[in-house]
Amino acid sequence: MSFRTTRSARRAPSASGPPAAALPPSAGSPGAPDAPGGSGPTAAPRAPRTPRAGRRRDESAWGWLFVSPMVLVLGLFLMLPILMALWVSLLHWDGRSNPFGGQAEFVGLDNYRSLLTEDGLDRTLFVTSLRNNAYYVLLTVPLQTGVALVLALVVNQRLLRARSALRTAFFFPSVTSSIAVSTVFLFLFQGSGAVNSLLSWIGVKGPNWFADPRGVLSLLLGALGVVDPDHPSGPLADHSLLGLSWYQWLSGPSVAMCTIILLAVWTTSGTFMLIFLAALQDIPRELEESAALEGAGRFQMLRHITLPQLRPVLFLVLTLGLISTWQVFDQVYVMGQGAPGNTTLTPAFLSYSSAFDDADFGQGAAIAFILLALILCLTALQRWALRERDARPGRTR
Amino acid sequence: MTAHARTVRTQGRPVLGRFALPWRLLGYALVAGLGLLYVLPFVLQLVTGFKTDPDAAAHPLGLLPVTPTTAAYQRLFGLSRAGDGVPFLRWLGNSALVAVLVTAGRVLFDSMAGYALARLRFPGRSLLFAFVLAVMAVPGVALLIPKFLVLNTFGLFDTYTGMILPLLVDAAGIFIMKQFFESVPREVEEAARVDGAGVFRTFWSVVLPMARPALITLTILSFQGSWNEFTHFLVATQSSRYETLTTGLARFVSGGLGGGTQYPLKLAAALLSTLPVAALFFCFQRYFVSGANAGAVKE
Repeated sequence: MSFRTTRSARRAPSASGPPAAALPPSAGSPGAPDAPGGSGPTAAPRAPRTPRAGRRRDESAWGWLFVSPMVLVLGLFLMLPILMALWVSLLHWDGRSNPFGGQAEFVGLDNYRSLLTEDGLDRTLFVTSLRNNAYYVLLTVPLQTGVALVLALVVNQRLLRARSALRTAFFFPSVTSSIAVSTVFLFLFQGSGAVNSLLSWIGVKGPNWFADPRGVLSLLLGALGVVDPDHPSGPLADHSLLGLSWYQWLSGPSVAMCTIILLAVWTTSGTFMLIFLAALQDIPRELEESAALEGAGRFQMLRHITLPQLRPVLFLVLTLGLISTWQVFDQVYVMGQGAPGNTTLTPAFLSYSSAFDDADFGQGAAIAFILLALILCLTALQRWALRERDARPGRTR
Repeated sequence: MTAHARTVRTQGRPVLGRFALPWRLLGYALVAGLGLLYVLPFVLQLVTGFKTDPDAAAHPLGLLPVTPTTAAYQRLFGLSRAGDGVPFLRWLGNSALVAVLVTAGRVLFDSMAGYALARLRFPGRSLLFAFVLAVMAVPGVALLIPKFLVLNTFGLFDTYTGMILPLLVDAAGIFIMKQFFESVPREVEEAARVDGAGVFRTFWSVVLPMARPALITLTILSFQGSWNEFTHFLVATQSSRYETLTTGLARFVSGGLGGGTQYPLKLAAALLSTLPVAALFFCFQRYFVSGANAGAVKE
């Protein structure tokens, strides 16, 4: 068993001052006996008289005492609620009565059925949210990974002046509150806001970002004359899949969704930059030097030395991105709440609004569980793929 | 970053030489542009907070307010037109209360659990660690309705207890602490044990003081996490008296209070809510860096 965080987390203490540096004084503190522990009562007059078995029992008690807050909090506010929600997802519950008292109607798998197999408004909304989130993932993950890699390569240039200031600037958006930066982006992307003023300098008339439900792919196809975005016709409009026409499937993320994508790239690239940066600094110098001796240029160095060395980290960043982009919620809450035309609706937000706005908690819980299953699959995939790199006997003792 | 001074001197020399001058200038221009892209939004946020509403609407890019005013800040701090002000001070107080209590709880409970999982031998330990890893994989957004259900059932919905208690322990923090304690040599503890210190004494006066770097990282991550927490408070509370900076601001911005755009007010509130974490960030950046490298800690 091994896990993606094992390797990088082990690096954490060393980046914040190597723990080894803190050891010598304590290890050599007065009173520390020469012999290693367990040498018996002769070395320590005040050692407990109880034999090893007693200490074991002692340690067991303390061990459970130490983990009890964790067990209580995680058990009561994480495991128990998940089980409760699993039950509620089988009910038709409006949030008022006690869902465990039998007043709420038990509907079995109906909530799941209406989301997945039955034609209707519920499924159309859910499928729309999946489509929106899929486009969001498809654009955000490659963009944030690419931008983060470029930022890391820039900041890793040893001859660049002010690179620590740059690193700070790139990283700062990642630590701020998602609500606060979403507010800033609302301001920047208003109809007559800063972004559109900038665009007008180069003669482009920017869209009314947050009110524009048109898909960017359909705009592109429209510009090429393939389809008429306002009146789609032909096979694209005639066929449908899961309640959405082919045209709706293919029209891409809406202009409004693009602002959320830009915000996500802007805020996450700093964190991923740091992960890349740590990996870049781990590349053995000899490797670069020997390549330079053989006359490799910058591009060749990047292509044949740097990028291959970054492969495992690239995978880590891509999967971390994949997992987190399926959870987008805060930004949607502030910047769109699903509007315009349900094009910023995501499963996470749909789950919330079904429960708390439409008082259909069963439906909301069912959506949450489908989303949970999807994300757990992605996490399992990641941990499985990274298992060999992390393989070490950490868990056996 | 952590390399010693001597290795820096040899390692610091780049493998390849400088770019030719024109390329170098172009490179610097591009890099400066990139930096601006990350800084400019915050600059505009800062400046707009001192503008009037019409000024902010007419000159969204203006780096100097036409008629500088502190009206937005006065309203936030309740110094003017008290009736229609945003209850910013209440948001601030709630955020501070929750963040301080949650941080204290996490630092204590996470390090206790991390120590037990790393060092103490007790039945069920490996099962518990598997549980922690499983919990880390559960995405927060899937827990919105579950959390509401449990708080509602226990009668903790819309209370401070309901806001704070579920956040007091976090699996990622336990994981960080466990990793750290495993890197501490056993001999240190055994020496203390031989000297007659019990389990708790060993933990509290020998191991914990050695864990300073990890504790600082954990403190900062916990404070940042609970200060920026949004979804939990969104489903744990309902009445406005429990609004924090995140839930209050989010409801305000997404169309709640008052008419008009009021961007100076919104941006000033957002700026002030960013300040504490920003201050921590600029003082303790390396701990944020190690936190980011700890992987999936950020949700």
